[in-house]
Amino acid sequence: MEIIFYLIPIALVLVTAIVAGLFWAVKSGQFDDLEGPAHQILMDDEIYPEKTDKEKQQEK
Amino acid sequence: MTDQSKQDLRCFHCGLPVPDGLELSVEIDHQAQPMCCKGCEAVAMAIVAGGMESYYQYRTEKSTTAKELVPDMLRQTEVYDREEVQRSFVRQSDENIREASLILEGIDCAACVWLNEQHIKGLPGVLEAQVNYSTHRARVAWDERKIKLSDILKAVAEIGYIAHPYDPSQHHQILEKQRKDYLKRLGLAGALGMQVMMFSIAMYNGDWWGMEQKYRTFIEWVSLLLTLPVFLYSGWPFYRAAWRDIRHRRAGMDVPISLGIIIAFGGSLYAMTGAGGHVYFDSVVMFIFFLLTARYLELVARKKASEHTEALIQSQATTAIRELSGNETEVVAAQELEAGDIVQVRPGETIPSDGEVIEGRSSIDESLLSGESRPCLKQAGAKVIGGSINIESPLRIRVTEIGQETVLSTILRLVERAQSEKPAIARLADRVAGHFVAAILLLAVVVAIYWYLKDPTQWLAITISVLVVTCPCALSLATPAAITAATGTLIRQGLLCSRGYALETLARVNHFIFDKTGTLTDGQLEIIQVLQLSDDLSEDACLLQAASLEALSEHPVARAFIKSCKTGLLAVDNLSSTPGSGLAGRINGKQFFLGSMQYIQQQTGLELKDNQSNRLEPGSRVLLSDQNDLLAIFVLQDAIRDQAAPLIDDLRQAGIQSLLFSGDDETAVSLVAEKLGIKDYRSSMLPADKLQQLRALQQQGATVAMLGDGINDAPVLAGADVSIAMGEGARYAAAAADMVLFRQDLNVIFRGVTTARKMMRVIRQNLSWALAYNIIALPLAAAGYIQPWMAALGMSASSLIVVANAMRLTK
Repeated sequence: MEIIFYLIPIALVLVTAIVAGLFWAVKSGQFDDLEGPAHQILMDDEIYPEKTDKEKQQEK
Repeated sequence: MTDQSKQDLRCFHCGLPVPDGLELSVEIDHQAQPMCCKGCEAVAMAIVAGGMESYYQYRTEKSTTAKELVPDMLRQTEVYDREEVQRSFVRQSDENIREASLILEGIDCAACVWLNEQHIKGLPGVLEAQVNYSTHRARVAWDERKIKLSDILKAVAEIGYIAHPYDPSQHHQILEKQRKDYLKRLGLAGALGMQVMMFSIAMYNGDWWGMEQKYRTFIEWVSLLLTLPVFLYSGWPFYRAAWRDIRHRRAGMDVPISLGIIIAFGGSLYAMTGAGGHVYFDSVVMFIFFLLTARYLELVARKKASEHTEALIQSQATTAIRELSGNETEVVAAQELEAGDIVQVRPGETIPSDGEVIEGRSSIDESLLSGESRPCLKQAGAKVIGGSINIESPLRIRVTEIGQETVLSTILRLVERAQSEKPAIARLADRVAGHFVAAILLLAVVVAIYWYLKDPTQWLAITISVLVVTCPCALSLATPAAITAATGTLIRQGLLCSRGYALETLARVNHFIFDKTGTLTDGQLEIIQVLQLSDDLSEDACLLQAASLEALSEHPVARAFIKSCKTGLLAVDNLSSTPGSGLAGRINGKQFFLGSMQYIQQQTGLELKDNQSNRLEPGSRVLLSDQNDLLAIFVLQDAIRDQAAPLIDDLRQAGIQSLLFSGDDETAVSLVAEKLGIKDYRSSMLPADKLQQLRALQQQGATVAMLGDGINDAPVLAGADVSIAMGEGARYAAAAADMVLFRQDLNVIFRGVTTARKMMRVIRQNLSWALAYNIIALPLAAAGYIQPWMAALGMSASSLIVVANAMRLTK
């Protein structure tokens, strides 16, 4: 059963990662709109070409 | 094209009927589609030109008609480019980069969101555009050197929506921050809690089968490590609230919760320092997780309620046209107006502030403020209220009151006061729980002293057993779990509870007060009787003439005529209108007049005979005549909603008495009351009268629910034991209401009552189970028969049973 002295710390690291991921998700607004994205996947064709990095630079 | 197909012709963009003889069309997906007006045509062309035709394919609702919106919007947007106006809602992240939140009106399906996002993103100079479907809010970032905010607003108007700025210093913003905060605390408690629960199962097994000490110690330390963040971070809102309660010398529900958590945690720590005994980290995390879930769901419900209200308060007149010396005018923000300023208000616009008409003559819709369903006529010298809507003709108005002095602000203050006087049932529940917890603490002290004297090695284990086993966990979950489940069910059906105690009270309600206009009736006029006065024209022909005359008017009366006319309309020449009185026009070379008795008399000298008018139903009357004869009388009435009568019936069978309080006159009110079988009705009531009558009922011991709509009901809503606002027209009322009905479906009200009663049954079952469990477990624990781990298991099981029972409500 010595193995749990290694496995449990690994589990702790994983849990820390999960919590960090969750906090990041909340902060970056992933949970702001829970309804819209479900519909948006149906109509994802961008009609305007994505602005390239260069264009973005110019706009700034 | 035959007449038949013509009347079925509807605008491809907004779904309104296409007026007769109008031939506008736009080619969409290689097919010419009909349009009802120039506005819709322009919008549809803008959408097609932008290559966004797939919007029409994916939308689930017809678009808002573009008829009146576009030109007015375009004129006013420039005011938003000014620095002083922008200060309140625009964030400047860089020297030239600006960011603003906009409220979008007219969004009713996901395709609208897509359309707006694509359209705004495609503008040169716009860096980012995101539209939130749930809140109808757009976040836009742009480069000030390349595009102005007004251009963005105009671009939105081009595709048929209205965008206006959203002031972020709002209640809603605070709630949103709180929600994110709770979500983090909840997520942490859930993720770490799962681990702790897993380890505790290992330890329960160890208690049973035996476990080497080194493993036990290791697992205990790991559990402590995992529980600590949950205890400190996730539990923080409870401690803060408990501390606030203690400082105000109240025993709120958060006090026992915090005590339970802290003692279980402290006891576990003490057990680990070598005193021996069990650790209860699993109980700590589970307790925090369940309680946070309930709080989170309640917060979400509250936030949803405030969003709707505030979006609408914001959408009230934000700009005004102020006259300068000479013939010049300027567009200013409504807040910048001062008393004495002269403003122009065009038809369809909101009056920016309280004032006095100095020139012009027009109907004003004050329904939001006075509850009067029919527009009232205002001319020079008349007072107008800020927030009401000018319907027909332009007006010049001198501003008399501003800011806090306006009628709107006064009513909002009334609401606030009434809210503070609210009977707080929640406080009573807290007091009872407070007593309960005090009793447990006292008992724990007695048990501790007794065992300390009798057997010092056992006293801590037994005291903890007593505290854990009687931990008001199941008891405190009993109510919130049921409320949360019931609230969730009702939200899905369109009834939202914005207060925790709303359902509890709704279950006890024995009197239901209804407002008339917009509540039991749908607020739209309808023709209920046509009385033919001459043999020249049949009823249908009279209706056709009248509808043709009214075709171009936006007045509610006109809409009633157009709605009930079944055939294609006729062309009218020389149309002239006298606002508030009537219309005259030439159809097929013959002059017709349509309007009030007075108007007809002025224009033609004809008079109505008594024997003609006593056959009429009560309601508003409109007459049609030609030069020589009266042709017909139309009686118009506010249509009663289909579900109103079944609702009153259902309520009666459930033992609830219905009352009708209305600001309208006796005839209109008695008619509705009679049709619905409401025995108790009062008419011509001012908001203050309604509130007084309601207080009188409450003093006789009645528990009163109020269903209302419109700002005039707001003080009454706040005074009722439980108040429900109708969503569409509710606007300000929603701020004061305990519940908001979002669908125009009265059936949901009765479903709300049954769900509330079912919820009370579940709460009673839960409470009796929790109490029975405590009563059995307490003496056993006090006598030392229950090990702490058994106590923890028993407590968890009793909570789970309570939650499972509550979940039945979601079905």
